[in-house]
This record gives sequence, C-alpha cells and structure tokens, in this order.
Amino acid sequence: MSPVAATIDRLRWGPRRVARLGIVLGILAFFFALPPVEARAPVVPLLVGLLGVACGIWAVTRGVGRLGWGAVAVGVLGILLGVLATRSSGTNLHIVVSWGALVASTLVWATPLTFAAIGGMFSERSGVVNIALEGMMLSGAFFGVLGADKFNSWAMGLLVAAVAGGCFALVHAFFAIHLRADQIVGGTAINFLALGVTGYFFIQVYGDVGSPGNLPRIPNVNIPGLKNVTFLGDAFGQLNLMIWLSFVLLIVAYVVMFKTPIGLRIRAVGEHPRAAETVGISVYLIRYASVTLSGMLAALGGAYLAVGFVGSFNENMTAGRGFIALAALIFGNWRPFGAFAAALLFGASTALSFRLATYSDSAAVLFQALPYVLTLIAVAGVIGRSVPPASVGRPYSKQ
Amino acid sequence: MSEPVEAPPGDSAPSAVERLAARHRAGGIVTPLITAMIAFFMGGLVVLATGHNPFRTYKAVWDGTGLNWFFKFGHYHIDLPFTQHRVFFWWDTNANALAPYNLTQTLLLTTTLILTGLAVSFAFRCGLFNIGGQGQYITGAIVAVWVGSSWAGMAKGLHVFLAILLACLAGAALAAVAGLLKATVGAHEVITTIMLNWIAYWIGSYAFGRGGPLQNKVDIAVPISGDVVRSGKLPTFWGNPELQALHVGFFIALAALVVFWVILNRTTLGYQVRAVGFNSEAARYGGINVARNYVYAMAISGVFAGLGGAMDILGWQYRLGVLDIQVSNIGFIGIAVALLGRNTAVGVGLAALLFGALVNGTSTRGLDPSVFPPELAGNLTLMIQALVLLFVGADVLVLAIWGSRKKIGLGRRTAPPAPEGAAT
Repeated sequence: MSPVAATIDRLRWGPRRVARLGIVLGILAFFFALPPVEARAPVVPLLVGLLGVACGIWAVTRGVGRLGWGAVAVGVLGILLGVLATRSSGTNLHIVVSWGALVASTLVWATPLTFAAIGGMFSERSGVVNIALEGMMLSGAFFGVLGADKFNSWAMGLLVAAVAGGCFALVHAFFAIHLRADQIVGGTAINFLALGVTGYFFIQVYGDVGSPGNLPRIPNVNIPGLKNVTFLGDAFGQLNLMIWLSFVLLIVAYVVMFKTPIGLRIRAVGEHPRAAETVGISVYLIRYASVTLSGMLAALGGAYLAVGFVGSFNENMTAGRGFIALAALIFGNWRPFGAFAAALLFGASTALSFRLATYSDSAAVLFQALPYVLTLIAVAGVIGRSVPPASVGRPYSKQ
Repeated sequence: MSEPVEAPPGDSAPSAVERLAARHRAGGIVTPLITAMIAFFMGGLVVLATGHNPFRTYKAVWDGTGLNWFFKFGHYHIDLPFTQHRVFFWWDTNANALAPYNLTQTLLLTTTLILTGLAVSFAFRCGLFNIGGQGQYITGAIVAVWVGSSWAGMAKGLHVFLAILLACLAGAALAAVAGLLKATVGAHEVITTIMLNWIAYWIGSYAFGRGGPLQNKVDIAVPISGDVVRSGKLPTFWGNPELQALHVGFFIALAALVVFWVILNRTTLGYQVRAVGFNSEAARYGGINVARNYVYAMAISGVFAGLGGAMDILGWQYRLGVLDIQVSNIGFIGIAVALLGRNTAVGVGLAALLFGALVNGTSTRGLDPSVFPPELAGNLTLMIQALVLLFVGADVLVLAIWGSRKKIGLGRRTAPPAPEGAAT
C-alpha cells in the first residue's frame, strides 16, 4: 500500500468525500492562477489540478462513478483554465477578475433570474408549466417603466409591473386550468402576446423617442460602514434594493413552500391533485393563486431589469432571460435555493461574458450559451437527475 | 365509466396530442377558422382601442400582402402571342405594379413558414412538441451560408445541392439531440429544444459576430457572414433578384408538403410515428420501438426546419448577420402555423400562406404607413399569432363559441377524461 493511500485510509475518508475534495482541488487549480493569489507559473494549477484528477480517479475505482468523473472533469478544466490564466497578461487578468465587482455584477444579473425562477417554482410546484416566464418578465419590464414614468415613482412602477405580470399570468392560468388547454402552447402564446403587447404599447406611448431618461430608478442601498472594506465593499456596498429583496424573497419562498400548510397544499396539488382535492384542497384555487403569484414575481424581475438596472425599456429587452430563469428552476431541481444557486451560476456566466470581451469579443459571445448547455447536461441526467413535480403540465378536471 | 388502465396522477384531461387526435376525428375546418377569426377580431379591438380604424388597417394589411393582386377584374394586357389585344382577365397582369412584388414577398415567407410549420407538425404527429424549430432553422441557415459562401469554384447544381443537404443534416442533428434525450433519459423535449434554440442563437451570434470564424472578410466591423457565391444561389423565377425575387424554393416547400403527407400516410415509418403519437403505450405494446421513433421524428422535423433555413439563405437572403439571427422568429411562427393547420399537409400550407401574408402585410415594406404605422403592425402580428395559439389550444372555448360541440362529435368524448361544459 502506497503511503498516499495509507494516509487516506487513516483519515477514514470514503470515496465520496475524496471525490468532493477532488472537485474542490480542481476549482482551486484555477483559483490559484487568479488574483489575489495569482501564481504565474503554469506548474501550480497543473499540480493542484492533477491532484484533483487523481482524487477523482481514486473515487471512480472505488465505485463512486458520477462524482468521481465529475472531479476528473473539474480537475482537467481547472488545469486548462489555470494554465490559460497564467499565460494571459497580468493587467488583463486584473481587469477581468476583480472579485468584488464580479460578485456585484453576478448578483445584478442573477436577480431578475431569481425573481422569475422563484415565481416559476410556485407555478410548476402547483402543477402548471410556466414557459411564459419570459413574457411575464417582459411585461413587468415595460409596465414597470410605464408605471414609474406615469406616477413618477419607482414603487408605483413595481406595483404596476406586478399587476401587469399578474394579469398575463391570469390569462395563462385561465387557459391552462379552466379551459384545460395545453400549457406549453398557452405559455408560448403568452410569450408572444407579451412581446406584441409591450412592443405595441411602447410605440403607441413613447413613439420613436423611447422611454424618458429621467425615469425614477429603484434606489441602491448604500451600507455606510462597508464602503471601504476591500472585497465586501465592492461586492455588497452598493447593491440595488431589489437585490436585497431577492434574498428576502428566497428565504420567504423557502419557508412558505416547505414549512407552511400553504406550501404543502401547493406541492400536493402539483404532485397528486386528485388526492389533494379529496382532502378538501381546492385545486383550482391553489393553481390560480400560484400561477398569478409566479407572474407577479417574474414581472418584478423584469421591472428590476428595466427600472432598477437599465433605467429604460426597449422592445424584447428581456432577450431570453425568462428562459434562463426556467433553466435555473430546472437546474435547481424546483427548489428555491437550488434555483438561486443556478441563477447565481448563470448570472456569473453573464457577468463574466462581458468581462471576457477583454480577451476576445467572439469568445465572450459564445460564453453566453453556457447556461443553456449546462441545463441540457442537467436534464440529460449527467449531473444528478432533475425530477419535475409529478403532475406538472397535466390539466386537472374536477369530478 | 371506463378508467384508463394506468391513470396518471389526478386523472388528467387529455394531453395536447390526444386533443389533437380528437379534433382530427371531429373533422372540419371550423375550429381553425373560428380561431383565426377570433384572433383577428381581438386584434381589431386593440387597433380600435388605440385610436385607429380597424377596417382601414386590415384593408391596408390586405393590400400589403399582395393578395389583392387577384380579385382585380378588368381588361388587362396579357402577352398573347401575335396580338396586342387587351383581354378581360381576373387579375392585374402588370408585373411592375406593387401588388405582384408584395405577393412575391408573401410567398417567400410562405415558403419558409411551410417548412418551419412542417417541422413542428411532424414532431407533433409523433406526440412531441418541437418548440425548437427556430434553432433548427438557424442551424440550417448557418450551415447553408457557410457552404454557400465557400467553395466558389464548384459546379452550380452540386453546390446548391450540397448546401441544402448539409443544412438539412445540421437541422436534423440539432433536433435529434432533443429526440435522443427524450428517448434515452426521458428529458422533456420542450425544455431541451428551448435550450437548443438558445444554443443555436448564441453559436450564430458567435460565428458571424466580430472576430467570429464565419464573419465576412471584407468589412470586419460588420457582424455579418460572407455572401453566398453565384454557384450557391437558388434560381429565381419571378421578380427582380436584386429586390428579393421568388425562388424555386417555393416549389421545394410545396414538394415538402407532399413528402410530409407521403411519409406520414404511406410509409411504415409514418405509420409508426402516428401510432406513437396517438398512444405511445399502445404502440410499444404493438411492437413499435417508441424510442427510435422519437429520434426519427425529431430528426425529420429538423430536416424540414433546416431546409427552411437553407431556402432563405440560398434563395434571397444570401447572407446572415447577427442581427438577422436575433430578430428572426420565423421558427416560432411555425408553431402557430402547425397548430392552426392542424398538423396536416394541406392545413400547414394554408396556415403558412395566412401567416406569410400577415407578416408581410404588416411589415414596413408592405404596409402603407399613412394608414397604420408598420412598427405597430408588426407587434399586432405578434398579438394575432399569440391569440391564435391561445385559442387553438383551447378548443373547448372555441367550440363553445361555435355552440355546436355535440354536432361535430366532441360531445361523444364524455368517456374517460371528459371536458365537462365549456368555461365552467
């Protein structure tokens, strides 16, 4: 028995733990090549990464296939990226990787996704597929701008956005629940409807001029003491109010969904509506409420994008973010924290793709496909299996 | 009351595919017609509510489609041999007028919509909802422009053929990924095709974007592909090729309709695909390899969509820019075409003509801006399309509006999953 194996044996680490260590080592391999550690010798990421790969292989030979191969993949990826990073010029590296700004930017891009994904969770957990998140976000973006402009208050903007998103969701709910139309056809229709309605009224109201430049924006939250702290100041010192609200929403959504009777009812309706009906839960009521709530939350995500972040509206400005939110929901296995983690991952990939333009415009563009590729891999069951609620997409008819 | 053997949780109402099958039995062109009428009526309400005249607007849209070229009775000159006589004819034969130009544009859109519509329809007949027509279309277009703009020295027929073939295969490959995932791990095809759409979108944006591998070599500031070379272009037969003339792809699309019908109704593959679409469990019991049919059906769908992309590129666009990819939604309109056309060859053809006319009639090019602003009209098209999709899925409501559910046979479906009463 080699000394290394003997050491591992003495630690009493199972292969799963070693595989996880391998994954961490793979990430570290890349991390060491970045600021603030910024090892310039390619041998550093190579060695750390190889160690990770070794851990992975060791785990694979002990029968932990999926996690072990994951460690091998992460290790190889860590070596590649790490060596690439050591090859790049130091200044470029500092432009791309400034952790504080990167975290802040990740949160900015993740927040609309979080709102929409949590909204989607309510809808899908109650058994109604919501691929109309995109359209509801878009409606929130436009009506948020409209409300903020007309009432000259961002809070009214958010309110109008939520009402508009709720209305679109009600249409979806009516067709999906009462008329028992196919939910995917209906969702596609809502997406187009939102695209048409927002585009139509945008031109009708604002013409060629576009939305006004002096739109009241959702304020940033300045935390006074944090401003000059090195990493935390850049990351959390000046986040938008909506970003903090998304954290609150996350916790509330988790508690409501998994710790309260309401959440239990929603999940029951999504898993087995007949059983839920039998014990006196109104399937229709729960589904209507959930779908409407999902529309309101998705619209708030869109409103953050338009009123909070960009400060204006343009046609089809969500540009597929609703679908990324849907992807985050699936990737996160229909759970709030999972969806949030996926939203952060996808937000980070967007934030990075803007910064990667320092190296190559075209590669940065290609990077934006990452969330979709990851989701495809996730639904293929390579990284754990994502299992939807049992009755999602099935219309329910009362007896 | 005969319950199905394996009742899904909640004894769900019929899926879209089952409903579709029911509507096939119900027969008639009534539902799609009413659906379209409701959509146009509600679109008219929006136009009215925002202070425009819906009748004048729709008239202007109609004029913009070029279909007004027919129905203009009068004495027109037609080139009868050896004479200069004017003959009474039922349409204006003066090819320099605006109407025939608009008509060629409508037919160009119809060509592509037939193909993207078939892409959705074919999968639908196998019980799959291929929402990825857009991605498959873009993939076909990317490959077509790549092949078409390289190998300048190739013989004309061969070059076009190769470009079309590879575009079809590319579309098929993309769609087959979704089919394979469905067949092997049961991943829902709607999710996978949505993801594949965006992957195709970003690959296209990358390929033709600044510094991308397929960007043109002439002006590197412009994110657009190189031009399709002469030998790669489809022959045109109507109109001025400088102004987007109608190309032979129109006939290819018509042929595709026939091929669609033949595959589905006259081949073993089509029989199996339809069997899986009607009831996959029964098909499996009957010895049909359901998984394989999923893959085949998606791949054939992808062939249609990829062919659509090739037709646009080789027929009139001749180049593909990042912006083209980002604003294109012809693959999505294909969903409305397929559903309105009830996934039949004839229906898809007619629905494609309707939507082609609508899109062109409301475009900046087609619509008279003094009557109705085309920027609004483009969005009106989206709304009408959305309403068609909404109501085509809600046959219960549509048929209730028609008020004769029993008469056309849906009333008989009171057995297992009964849609009791419309809009209860």
